[in-house]
Amino acid sequence: MTAKTADYRRWYVIGPPYLWLLVLFLIPFVIVFKLSLSQVATAIPPYTPTFSWATGLTAFISQLNFDNYSFIFGDPLYINAYISSLKIAFLSTLLTLLVAYPMAYGMARAPKSWQPTLMMLVILPFWTSFLIRIYAWIAILKPEGFLSIFLIKLGLISEPLQIMNTTTAVYIGIVYSYLPFMILPLYASLEKINPSLLEAAQDLGSQPWRAFWQVTFPLSLPGVFAGCLLVFIPAVGEFVIPDLLGGSETLMIGKTLWTEFFNNRDWPLASAVAVLLLLVLIIPIVLFQRQQELEREAAR
Amino acid sequence: MLWLEKAARRVAYSIVAATAAIAFAGQSAQAEEKVVKVYNWSDYIDPTILTDFTKETGIKVVYDVFDSNEVLETKLLAGGSGYDVVVPTASFLSRQIKAGVFQKLDKAKIPNLKYIWPEIYERIAKYDPGNEYAVNWMWGTTGVGYNEAKIKERMADAPVTSLDMIFKPEIAAKFKDCGIYMLDSPEDIIPVVLNYLGLDPNTTKQEDFDKAEAVLLKIRPYIKKFHSSEYINALANGDACMALGWSGDILQAASRATEAKNGQVIKYNIPKEGTQMWFDMMAIPADAKDVDAALTFINYLNRPEVMAKASNFIQYANGNLGSQKFIDESVLKNPAVYPDPETMKKLFVHLTWDNKTQRVVTRMWTKITTGQ
Repeated sequence: MTAKTADYRRWYVIGPPYLWLLVLFLIPFVIVFKLSLSQVATAIPPYTPTFSWATGLTAFISQLNFDNYSFIFGDPLYINAYISSLKIAFLSTLLTLLVAYPMAYGMARAPKSWQPTLMMLVILPFWTSFLIRIYAWIAILKPEGFLSIFLIKLGLISEPLQIMNTTTAVYIGIVYSYLPFMILPLYASLEKINPSLLEAAQDLGSQPWRAFWQVTFPLSLPGVFAGCLLVFIPAVGEFVIPDLLGGSETLMIGKTLWTEFFNNRDWPLASAVAVLLLLVLIIPIVLFQRQQELEREAAR
Repeated sequence: MLWLEKAARRVAYSIVAATAAIAFAGQSAQAEEKVVKVYNWSDYIDPTILTDFTKETGIKVVYDVFDSNEVLETKLLAGGSGYDVVVPTASFLSRQIKAGVFQKLDKAKIPNLKYIWPEIYERIAKYDPGNEYAVNWMWGTTGVGYNEAKIKERMADAPVTSLDMIFKPEIAAKFKDCGIYMLDSPEDIIPVVLNYLGLDPNTTKQEDFDKAEAVLLKIRPYIKKFHSSEYINALANGDACMALGWSGDILQAASRATEAKNGQVIKYNIPKEGTQMWFDMMAIPADAKDVDAALTFINYLNRPEVMAKASNFIQYANGNLGSQKFIDESVLKNPAVYPDPETMKKLFVHLTWDNKTQRVVTRMWTKITTGQ
């Protein structure tokens, strides 16, 4: 076999993944990006210019401009919505981590024969529609809901809780919905830790807490990072949970995007908001990849 | 958004329509199967009308629902919605006509238009000049719905026939604890506020909008939620004691509360200051697949008996004069549904905002609802 045919074969193997990336990610992004440089029009579709071979490519490109981006930076609403979304996503990621870590730890330390069952229990909620599970939370959190009734019966509170339609309800919804995405990568990395490492730490006189912070936790970091990204990224753009559980004052970029798209019929501006959101999200991903590369190099 | 409920209802309608189609497949088997795809507001038709239509004409109905004009409009503007009959509100319709979304109706194929109510169509002509593109489905008003007992308990002499109930901060404050809802729709609220202030509801002046904004910002702390459909259930089950919403929705909440026998009594009044009158219009998209089936469907609905059945079920007034002799006394004589001529004079129509004004108003609305 010559070097040349080997080269071709290599392309057969890596070609399809690149093709998928092109079709499923790059082309849609280019379309959205193009839209973000267009203007509103009362027509089908509701923006201009639309490309036609008759007028040619140069005429088409000359009509595009960055006005929508300067508009976004001219009104504090959008910046505030990004910041508020990042804040909500960050806090809920942290809360999810705090809830998920003990669960994942317990799963990893449970007898091997139990683990598939525990894993199943974590995945089980996915069998019910996401929307139905959020509706169930409405029934739990509303003033006459299960939670308030239960706490009043116990005598812990005298007035119904006002959680529904507040940002607190949004946090609860996000933590609940994304919990499995945090537990699974955490479990995967905790389960790989060799128990003899902890025994060694104890043999050398380390207290259990210290052994956890110095051995277990650092070794689970890849799981922590993966889990946090899996929760953080979708939480930033979350629309359904704040719409159903949040109040009118819960400002998130997903809702702002919806308003631009549906109320203002401004597809170009909505696209510009989406492109900027993508940039906001790409930064943590790049940081994560860099971190992984560093780890790989350290392992070498 | 009552997605869940809507999805369930959608399934129910499909089953009803499919059953009807199967039952009558025998009759129409020799002909090719005709289908009319309808996209209408949620909770907005007596399902037996659809089965009766299929029974009579052999045309199967695929019936989908939406709960905001924006969702419908976005589908229409994207093109290729796949629907044969859609039901936008007139203020949206007029913009969509300009965008080239609809086709002119072949009125020769809708003979039942002879029953229309000229006074209503005259008002509609402001949106659709010459009534060329659309036929009225239902019309109604935007006003205050309230839970009688909860309001009386907090304020014995509450001005229930006035918008003061909700737009006066000192009055609205009294009902903060029992839940005030408002439509999440500047098109429906801002003109009503402008009219309440004695300003032109169709103004485009910034200073007028500023005055309306001031009114809403003052009562903002007392409003529990801005939402365009949740208030039906909230009023019915007692989660809300007051809502600025659409007439028929509030009357539906009233009948749901009665059916549930939960002791909640819901009332609706057209505000004495006058309010916005709106029209939901049946129109045929330019790219509809089966225009004949769509016209047959619209003509069927405009038969007086059918229109009356529809109004009796959903408790909205319709623009079909002929239907009035078949409408239940309780609906026809209810001034909240069919206002008396005196009240009718105080009702105004709101025309479509241009793109620039729309942006100003939407931005203002975001400021009101989110405080940003």
